[in-house]
Amino acid sequence: MVSSLVSKAWKKEHFIKNPLIRWIIIVLGVAYLIYALNDMNLNLARMRSGWPRAVDFFHRMFPPDYSRWSMIYKGVAESLQMAIIATTISILLAIPLSLGAAVNISVKFIYVICRAIIVAARSFPPILVAIIFVKAFGFGPFPGIITLAFTALGFMGKLLAEAIENIDMGQVEAIRATGANWFKVQLYGVAPQVLPRYVGLSIYLLDINLRASTIIGIVGAGGIGGALFNSFHRYEYDTALAILIVIIAVVLVMEFISSKVRSRLQ
Amino acid sequence: MLSVKNLDKTYPTGQYALKKCSFEINEAQIVSVFGPSGAGKSTLIRCINRLVEPSSGEVHLDGLQITGLKGKDLYNARRQMGMIFQEYNLIERLTVMENVLSGRLGYVSFFNAMFRRFPQESVDEAFSLLERVGLEGYHNQRADALSGGQRQRVGIVRALIQHPKILLVDEPTSGLDPKTAMIIMQLIKDLAKEKGIPAIVNIHDVKLGQDYADRIIGMADGTIVFDGPPSKVTEETLTMIYGEEDWSKTIRKVEEEEEE
Repeated sequence: MVSSLVSKAWKKEHFIKNPLIRWIIIVLGVAYLIYALNDMNLNLARMRSGWPRAVDFFHRMFPPDYSRWSMIYKGVAESLQMAIIATTISILLAIPLSLGAAVNISVKFIYVICRAIIVAARSFPPILVAIIFVKAFGFGPFPGIITLAFTALGFMGKLLAEAIENIDMGQVEAIRATGANWFKVQLYGVAPQVLPRYVGLSIYLLDINLRASTIIGIVGAGGIGGALFNSFHRYEYDTALAILIVIIAVVLVMEFISSKVRSRLQ
Repeated sequence: MLSVKNLDKTYPTGQYALKKCSFEINEAQIVSVFGPSGAGKSTLIRCINRLVEPSSGEVHLDGLQITGLKGKDLYNARRQMGMIFQEYNLIERLTVMENVLSGRLGYVSFFNAMFRRFPQESVDEAFSLLERVGLEGYHNQRADALSGGQRQRVGIVRALIQHPKILLVDEPTSGLDPKTAMIIMQLIKDLAKEKGIPAIVNIHDVKLGQDYADRIIGMADGTIVFDGPPSKVTEETLTMIYGEEDWSKTIRKVEEEEEE
């Protein structure tokens, strides 16, 4: 019986089944990569000549100079404050925004508006938003806070809306059936289901905002970033390294705290 | 008590769920609604408390026209109808007590609801109802820590604490073992009789539905095809509701009943 069986070859089907289209895509892809490499002037000669300068630069960073500690401290404290205030604003505003942007809760008209706000807030990286707000409101932490709050709102709004869209609607229906109005339905039917996600995202957001708050100072939006940028400009690389070490330390401490809190939430 | 007149429900796609459904309930009776999946049983009870908006027809509860109510009037009307669900629909992450008191949401303000400040008489009643259904001491347990039968008891208490004029019950025993299913049906029947209110119970289990009901409504394809006492349910009735099948094993024999 076995000998009479004709063996049949089997191969996994290609992701793109048409061989002509498949090969055109491969050839075009490789050709573009070669073109882009040439166009960008990515060559070994340049790397070789830059290497000693990079080594020199690193030499001048050591030892880190903490003599201007009060300036560093003030900058880091400002970054931290910016991050905390911006996070608070965005997690509060994210509640109505995400309810409006959740297709199972919202009505069409409000849904479109809320989704548009989220898309707008998520389209630009914080540094670009900061440039715009510094132009509009002048230098200092104020445009920085607005920048962080705005970009964080997009992030929080989107992820929270997704969490709301995944809730069990049966629980919502049960609360509606008790005669609760819309607000009470959100309070009892929706909020308990997304609360762990909300707290987790809020802590994660503080983490993100703290990192971003050290960067946006470069364009004049307050925080430690401005000091970092200035010290590079003045060739005070040892001060720059001191600032970098402090930033890394703060971020690590934040990371530690947030991972502790989030593991407690499970 | 309850009157449903010419209730229609057509979805925007043109599909209909209910066609000209009419019936009245004038005493505190248990009404089992039979019908295959998709016959419109769930839609029917949801049109009564307007969780689903009927396309046309009228629903009256104790003289109050439910259809057409808006906003606060609708919320107040819903308070008078307690609903018990398939799969319980408890708020899983909240405690038993919070779930029970959520039945009073229609009576407290938003901020009192937020800070869980419910009137003492509601809390007293919650404790005594929990004791009545055999869940004494469970009030601080989270709903997701309970078994299926326990959850449905919480669901029953949540509906009763609304002080409803009627119970709307949607497949209360699906997912429960046969013994627990019987206990839950008995509990719903006893409590409805104690409170003197009728209950409409959608149920798949024909035997169970007959045993605990005073009246049977049979639905097929969005219409009511049978309305009468359990003793009038014959093999022909079931064929009319569910389609051709050998029903002799399913049906409760009238002769048997007389022997008992």
